[in-house]
Amino acid sequence: MSAAVPYLLAAAVVMPAVMGAAILLTLRHRLRGSRLASLASCLALTAIAAALVAHASGGTIESYALGDWRAPFGIVLVLDRLSAMMLLLTAVLAFAVMIYAVATGIDRKGWHFHPLFQFQLLGLNGAFLTGDLFNLFVFFEVLLIASYGLLLHAQGAERLKVGVQYVVINLVGSTLFLVGVGLLYGVTGTLNMADLAVRVAAAPAGDQSLIAASALVLMTVFALKAAAAPLHFWLPGAYAATTGAVAALFAIMTKVGAYAIIRTGTLIFGADAGAAAFGVAPWLLPAGIATAFIGFIGLFAARSLRSMAAWSVLGSMGVLLAAVATFRVEAMGPSLYYVLHSTLAGAALFLVVDLIATRRGEQGDALTLAPRFCQAGILSGLFFLAAVGTIGLPPLSGFIGKLLILDGVRAAPAAAWIWATVLVTTLIGVLAFARAGSLIFWKSSTLEGEIPTRALRGRVMGVSAAAGLLACLALLSLLGGPVTAYADAAAAQLFDPGQYIAAVLGDKTGALR
Amino acid sequence: MTMEMLVASAIAVLTAAGVYLVLRARTFPVVLGLAFLSYAINLFLFAMGRLVINRPPIYDKAAEGYTDPLPQALVLTAIVIAFGMTAFVVVLALRTFLETGADHVDGREDAETGS
Repeated sequence: MSAAVPYLLAAAVVMPAVMGAAILLTLRHRLRGSRLASLASCLALTAIAAALVAHASGGTIESYALGDWRAPFGIVLVLDRLSAMMLLLTAVLAFAVMIYAVATGIDRKGWHFHPLFQFQLLGLNGAFLTGDLFNLFVFFEVLLIASYGLLLHAQGAERLKVGVQYVVINLVGSTLFLVGVGLLYGVTGTLNMADLAVRVAAAPAGDQSLIAASALVLMTVFALKAAAAPLHFWLPGAYAATTGAVAALFAIMTKVGAYAIIRTGTLIFGADAGAAAFGVAPWLLPAGIATAFIGFIGLFAARSLRSMAAWSVLGSMGVLLAAVATFRVEAMGPSLYYVLHSTLAGAALFLVVDLIATRRGEQGDALTLAPRFCQAGILSGLFFLAAVGTIGLPPLSGFIGKLLILDGVRAAPAAAWIWATVLVTTLIGVLAFARAGSLIFWKSSTLEGEIPTRALRGRVMGVSAAAGLLACLALLSLLGGPVTAYADAAAAQLFDPGQYIAAVLGDKTGALR
Repeated sequence: MTMEMLVASAIAVLTAAGVYLVLRARTFPVVLGLAFLSYAINLFLFAMGRLVINRPPIYDKAAEGYTDPLPQALVLTAIVIAFGMTAFVVVLALRTFLETGADHVDGREDAETGS
């Protein structure tokens, strides 16, 4: 089993690439074939990710040298507890979203949905696994290029408008990424993350300010991807305008930014980094708090359910970033648990809202009164659960996540700020979702008549995909013990970068230079 | 004037032009600005391997020293990505203009006509 792990590691990146190309080349106009291939790929990725999590939970860090080029020179893929967890999260989310997309027929509304979806997974998995900073840039580009295509899927004027903004802001972000990478390479002469960690820690005093500057440039880029205020403006419009299934998948995209902040912030610019040590923390904390407030207050400005879902993604990112910004091991474990929760909850909300919008005829997802619609009973229940999950009320996992975050940051100097942020934004969230839910379901139930629905797709499977994601939240709650233990162990591994460095560079750390 | 000074000024001018154009609200200047920015970054990455003349990048028995080959590989990757993305943005901007009738990046309607 453990002998196969390095190959599984490579398979998590290679398989979506091969599947995407295969669907594009051989199954181009065969809907049924590409659906089967896409679903099979998502299922296989889930199995691979589950095996990798089982392996990583033992605590060993695996590294796979591509082309067998040794670590500081070649590119490595590295598997630790955090990256295994992110892989499994991506795979589960992708599987649910794919079932939803197939069941509701959204994948017919344009060409190349399935290849783009696979390339998106390739970029995500690669970004979570790579141990090389420039390679991280390349995988960011891969996932962004695929996301441009998915965002514009099914087209329409509104989608194109936000599409231009999304593409331009991400291109500027990519440029900044290269500035940060270039600076760091110019000072240290390496791009391997483990090697960078060693060299940054050993950098002479004269180079430290340059390293600190490059750290902040890189963190700015990651904050842009994570939609931290004041770099959040692209998110609400883009997520509200795209199709429900794509928006649900994009719930993981902001987490890639958070992942990159956590990875580089603990490994390269961690406690040993001299002047650059945790240099992003004083910027990230106010940004996270502002993002949480902007996101949850934005719920009241939203005129549609989709827009509400987008703002709530922003709000939960704020809570996450504020907790991460303390850079304390006892707050990092809860943050990782909250990453799992907020991704699944955000995606579930997008799917439920999309189901409601497709059943309300011309009213769509607007926050207006409308007569009773098809499946209103079960959808009101799902909306209630998704709202409970998003806001973070018991019994779903958001409550546990927020509670653990509150407990984890207790010893941090900014604890009072984070407590106030989490508690007040939760209250705002409850008010906003109660208002929306009572308008859409309760007040509307007094109106006469019923909205006719013609040829509704995904009556069973579409609803089950959304319900499945909500079941994952319940599962996270039920398995709270083992999952938090895993998250805490992952956090402990992050704050002991020596393990990562030893796993990548081996014992020859000093011999090579 | 030294070579370092010339290269640094070139990067500075390209970046300034790029930032100015990206901040314009219409798609065509924005696309040009993105192109300028990517030129600036390519030069910058190239210079990060230090400016060395008359040295080979790969192994040579007679060589006294080497120039760093890695930034050249990075620049090549960056050029390919930037080129592809520029082509994509141009098509996207054209499509948006044709569908919405406005070339504002923020999607606003055109107030003045004929300009």
